Amino acid sequence: MSATFLGTPAFPTAARTALADTQLRRNLAHATGTIRAKRAAVVGEVDEWERLRLAGAALKDRTLRHLDTYLAQLEESLTRAGATVHWARDAAEANRIVVDVARRHGTDEVVKVKSMATQEIGLNEALEAAGIHAWETDLAELIVQLGDDLPSHILVPAIHRNRSEVREIFLREMGRYGKAAPRDLTDTPAELAAAARAHLREKFLRAKVAVSGANFAVAETGTLAVVESEGNGRMCLTLPEVLVSVVGIEKLVPTWADLDVFLQLLPRSSTGERMNPYTSMWTGVTPGDGPQEVHVVLLDNGRTDVLADEVGRQALRCIRCSACLNVCPVYERTGGHSYGSVYPGPIGAILTPMLRGVGHDTQLDSLPYASSLCGACFEVCPVRIDIPEVLVHLRTKVVDAHRGEPKVQNLAMKAASWAFADARRTAAAERISGAVGKVLRGTKRRAPGGRGVLGALPGPAAAWSDARDVPVPAQESFRAWWARTDGGRTEQQNGNGGAK
Amino acid sequence: MPVGLLVTCMNDALFPDTGRAVVTLLRRLGVDVDFPAAQTCCGQPMVNTGYLDEAVPLLRRHLEAFAGYEAVVVPSGSCAGSVRHQHRMVAERSGDPGLVRAVEEAPPVYELSEYLVDVLGVVDVGAYFPHRVTYHPTCHSLRMLGVGDRPTRLLEAVRGLRLVELPEATECCGFGGTFAVKNSETSIAMGADKARHVRESGAEVLVAGDNSCLTHIGGLLSRERSGVRVMHLAEVLASTEPVIEQPPREADRRSAGSAALTGGAR
Repeated sequence: MSATFLGTPAFPTAARTALADTQLRRNLAHATGTIRAKRAAVVGEVDEWERLRLAGAALKDRTLRHLDTYLAQLEESLTRAGATVHWARDAAEANRIVVDVARRHGTDEVVKVKSMATQEIGLNEALEAAGIHAWETDLAELIVQLGDDLPSHILVPAIHRNRSEVREIFLREMGRYGKAAPRDLTDTPAELAAAARAHLREKFLRAKVAVSGANFAVAETGTLAVVESEGNGRMCLTLPEVLVSVVGIEKLVPTWADLDVFLQLLPRSSTGERMNPYTSMWTGVTPGDGPQEVHVVLLDNGRTDVLADEVGRQALRCIRCSACLNVCPVYERTGGHSYGSVYPGPIGAILTPMLRGVGHDTQLDSLPYASSLCGACFEVCPVRIDIPEVLVHLRTKVVDAHRGEPKVQNLAMKAASWAFADARRTAAAERISGAVGKVLRGTKRRAPGGRGVLGALPGPAAAWSDARDVPVPAQESFRAWWARTDGGRTEQQNGNGGAK
Repeated sequence: MPVGLLVTCMNDALFPDTGRAVVTLLRRLGVDVDFPAAQTCCGQPMVNTGYLDEAVPLLRRHLEAFAGYEAVVVPSGSCAGSVRHQHRMVAERSGDPGLVRAVEEAPPVYELSEYLVDVLGVVDVGAYFPHRVTYHPTCHSLRMLGVGDRPTRLLEAVRGLRLVELPEATECCGFGGTFAVKNSETSIAMGADKARHVRESGAEVLVAGDNSCLTHIGGLLSRERSGVRVMHLAEVLASTEPVIEQPPREADRRSAGSAALTGGAR
């Protein structure tokens, strides 16, 4: 069980495979469509939604502006509450800390609450390398893990699977890692859930160490919060003796009262529920109740680099709700794996390149271009991350990193910039396109309405024309028409040199 | 003072009929419209692909061309959005404080439906278009500008026009500028669904406020031999009832004849 995103090709190539996967297309369209509708319904109920979004964004911005202060405050609060605080600059440091804790307790297994931060750092792989099994206990994560698969969504990582596929995975794999699925398992959701429940129960009751992330960390009190739907999180956070939580430093909120805003924004944006079924909060160690040894690993892993980017830092407001994935028309068709990143979809297309650096890797550099800039993501984002703005900003960084290289796109943009820098040059270019229009005016193919069109063209034009007809250029540009007719004032009623 | 028409580079070279329709429409509504010939392109293709330096000379050209106009009208939500939301960024990139100032002082830019409804205060522009039409709200007009129901209100006031609903109307068509070729397969997959919805609507004509998106959707519809035409909003709004010279009816001819006879007898 060690699938990895390493080696995923650049987005356009990876997307090609996904676009041809009929099962994936069908599963995704159905699942994202369902969540979209649920979200729209419950968000529509809240009159002050826009004000909540503004409050969420403002709270996160303030926290990020004074992150150093709040982090020190969090460390102090946590320590006071009996937790051990660790600081991790990168994935390797964070993984080492978790492995060391597990080893100190002489265990060869940990149970895990679904966590994006631990996926980001590849914790399961690091634990496995140290001979420690990491059991994912979220149903969808379990499906992904048993299927030796990769997550494709932030909230529902097995969104690309349907229930027949899940049934097959359970039947084939569960027995290899614990309690096997019943031989007569069907693909009804209740039976599948029951099989997962029985399989996981054994692990919850046995595990000495649990690993989690956190949705929020309250600086003032040292409280960590995990928001979930299945109760597996509650099991992990309360049953084992030792709890290690890996928390990105952007998960901070200053005060307990700030949770009020986010606990309204998150479930409605995420699962389309008014409130999520389980909200677990813990503040260090409570004697005689829950884990008696609590560790918190505060993770940077590129976050301070993102914070240094004046335009891009807004991505650190993200509360991992995945609303942007569910509304994204690109994600809906290409799925999460095409992004080759733990964070897929629109947020992944900005967060991943920023966390890992722009301009040195073709796969990462392809992500900011994996968007039509339609803006649906910004519209639903509960903390108002202007994802299209950041995408364009990152595209600029990608281009700037490769300036001067003899790439076709560089040359084409330079040429276009030259032609558009002066209206006389533009007019000259239009005369050429007009001449092409004259030559092709007799083309037999006609679009509905009568305009001449061209079919499939060779060479680089094929990228457009493989599936889309190309309009024959107008014989006379608007500019030329305006000059010839004095803006139409001298034009005969029926005489024109137009495109029709 | 005349308003300046920002025709857009794409309409200039490929869809001059749209520009002419805007001129016809605005003149009919009594607007003094001018085409500043120094204009070229707003720079959006460069900006959205990441080529900010390349957009700087275009921004200079744009600002010079439209300086002094009371307002700028543009038949494109996407270009209006670019002028409104991206020009400042390009100016800042240039490092020239004069250019930043010029952007701040530039005349206001209105997408066509905004200009008609908000500035002129008209919804019924006196158009006649007896066809079954559906409307695709392009992403930048919908989300960047927030034109809302202005285009559909304009369309509903067109005589003879029957506006039918487009399923999943607010979903992107997949054009996305250079996205259409850099990620052509995804773009086409999105466009195929849009084209399917257009056909499901039962419309004869698909109308939108951006010819860029229409070239993409129209290219697919045409390739499919769908029999659905695409048209820019301006062209629909510019259409009027043709003046038909009817042959005189039999009775009229008789009375005309008798009048002539009578006249002749005099």
